[in-house]
Amino acid sequence: MGDIFTTIYNFLSGLLVGWGASPIVADAIIAFLAAAVLATCVLLILIFNIWLERKVLGRIQDRIGPNRVGPYGIFQTVADLLKLLTKEIIIPSGADLVPFFLAPIIMVASVILVWAVIPFTAKTIGTDVNIGVLYLAAVGSLGIMAVLLAGWSSNNKYALLGAFRAVAMLVSYEVPMILMLMMPVLITGSMRMGEIAAAQPIWYAFSMPLAAVIFLIAMTAEVGRSPFDLLEAESEIVAGYQTEYSGFAFAMFYAAEWAHAFTMAALIATLFLGGWRGPGAEQYPTLGFIYFIIKTYAVYFLSIWSRGTLPRIRIDQVMSFCWKFLIPLSLILIVLTTLADKIAQTVLMERFPDYMSTASLVDMLPRASILLAVNLVVGALAVWWIALLGRRERQRQEVAISHLAPVEVGTATK
Amino acid sequence: MGEWTFIALLFIISLILPAVPIIAGRLLGPRKPNPLKNSTYECGVETVGDTWVQFKVQYYIFALVFLIFDIEVVFLYPWAVAYHQLPLFGVVAGIVFIVTLAEALIYAWRKGALEWV
Amino acid sequence: MTITPITIAFFIMAAFTLGGSLGVVTNRNLFHAALYLVLALFGVAGLFVLLEAPFLAAVQVLVYVGAIAVLITITIMVTRRIMGVTESVNRQWPLAAGVSAIMAITLGFVVLDRFAGKLPVAAVPGDNIVRLGEALVNYDAYLVPFEVASVLLLAAMIGAIVVARE
Repeated sequence: MGDIFTTIYNFLSGLLVGWGASPIVADAIIAFLAAAVLATCVLLILIFNIWLERKVLGRIQDRIGPNRVGPYGIFQTVADLLKLLTKEIIIPSGADLVPFFLAPIIMVASVILVWAVIPFTAKTIGTDVNIGVLYLAAVGSLGIMAVLLAGWSSNNKYALLGAFRAVAMLVSYEVPMILMLMMPVLITGSMRMGEIAAAQPIWYAFSMPLAAVIFLIAMTAEVGRSPFDLLEAESEIVAGYQTEYSGFAFAMFYAAEWAHAFTMAALIATLFLGGWRGPGAEQYPTLGFIYFIIKTYAVYFLSIWSRGTLPRIRIDQVMSFCWKFLIPLSLILIVLTTLADKIAQTVLMERFPDYMSTASLVDMLPRASILLAVNLVVGALAVWWIALLGRRERQRQEVAISHLAPVEVGTATK
Repeated sequence: MGEWTFIALLFIISLILPAVPIIAGRLLGPRKPNPLKNSTYECGVETVGDTWVQFKVQYYIFALVFLIFDIEVVFLYPWAVAYHQLPLFGVVAGIVFIVTLAEALIYAWRKGALEWV
Repeated sequence: MTITPITIAFFIMAAFTLGGSLGVVTNRNLFHAALYLVLALFGVAGLFVLLEAPFLAAVQVLVYVGAIAVLITITIMVTRRIMGVTESVNRQWPLAAGVSAIMAITLGFVVLDRFAGKLPVAAVPGDNIVRLGEALVNYDAYLVPFEVASVLLLAAMIGAIVVARE
């Protein structure tokens, strides 16, 4: 069928059954191998991703980036890994040993587990559980537990402060994240990631641009990337919950963070950019895998770009942006979308009997245009609202500094 | 059940995979602890008092508000999955549920519980 | 009783749940007790998976591990001097023991009365999440409890804010 993963599966299955294993045992062995390969790949691809990110960041900041180890510095990450392996893992006095070492392990596990439900091609997915999207949210909460463990067990005030700050931010942004995860579920009518990807002849990013943007923002905060990187604001709390970690224990946190960013890109590609969908991907599933990788790296590049350009924001700004802007906006979007879509469905059912169908691009057009209209209206409202908030904040600041003596412009630098 | 076997396997592997390098790092890396090196890192200043200080109540309020929204979303997910088959009445019932929770958000907002001071 | 992979998985999950619960009540370090609670809750989530109720399993992890356990930890942190408590019993322990015993007997009676000797029923046909979602907003099924739940959550939020601001 042209799908490399199915071919490999058939080959291995035939081989194992040929050796005398029963089909069930053969399936179990293959599942184990697949899980091992998947988990290893998630970590190994970081070697390339970290190099890519440092290179792109360097270019954004008008530097060259890593360029010493290997051609274009491509082996820099390997060298860093070897260096970290030779460093001491310091155990701070008064540390709570078991949680201290459990934290980085759970952190990495919480990221790898996400990949179980991401569809790579039309036919290949780790496991298409019927609660796929909720599974994502549940696995994400493991990461929060890991942050708490690290902060608590380090016996360090900065680590504890950083952990609680991180937890406050992570749980807050989990609300808009889960709310926007609901949008593809609503439109697809299923929580299976495979079905969500398959139901996008028109990408959800095109029919629901606002939902995609809110999800991107919420995910950026979940990953803790700039402008939401105040979990490790070095000028305030050293390195947050990672302060007391060194050597490979630190490397695991580092790896989890990078893997999380890449995973976020893969999630957005699957949920809003059609995953493996693209011309010819249904006939040649391997082609779908290539589309999926391209989309993932496109989103990943976007996240590097925002990291290289946006300044860090304050914790109070982070919290009020979430609770007073993103969450109300998400609720309004869900209410209006469901209402408009349901009314359109009942009214238009006679003219467009395929209104709910996701079979082809033409079938999807009436529904997609209604979703797009709702998104654009709410999006316009959001832009107006945020502009109003920004103007108010500027006025407030001008009043706050108005008692200061005015500075003569141009005299000070003479 | 078969689909959960894969997740169970992946869970075990994803715990082992990061544990191995940490253990290897403990074995391969140097191990020369001394009291100064192991002391709490606070930018060179000696640490004062207990680490587990009392935190402000704001963290608690945010966690509580989050908990309520978390439960709300859990109720909404089955509704979202069944959305295609629901009549307009069912959709409106779900919207009433969301609006009630929006009231909770507005209450918290007006009471100043969402201020991070 | 035949031993299948599912029975083995059941015993592992049951061990997690019971071991975690024991850890919660025997530990004097509150944070460790909270961690044991997470372990126990995970065991329960695993049991839900074995019962072919993955939705409840995800809810268990999402709400209990992701929200309640975090809330408990934060509660420990915002409560003054609670870490210093080393006594694991106080004067009210006979009362607590009595209430727990009555609860255990009642629950045990219900379980034995209803489910003893019965084989597990077949799985619900069709996608049970869709059926749950339809039932939640169906006038003849659970519409009223569903809306009451939202009012209950509203009341919980108001109560929590009033108490926390004292």
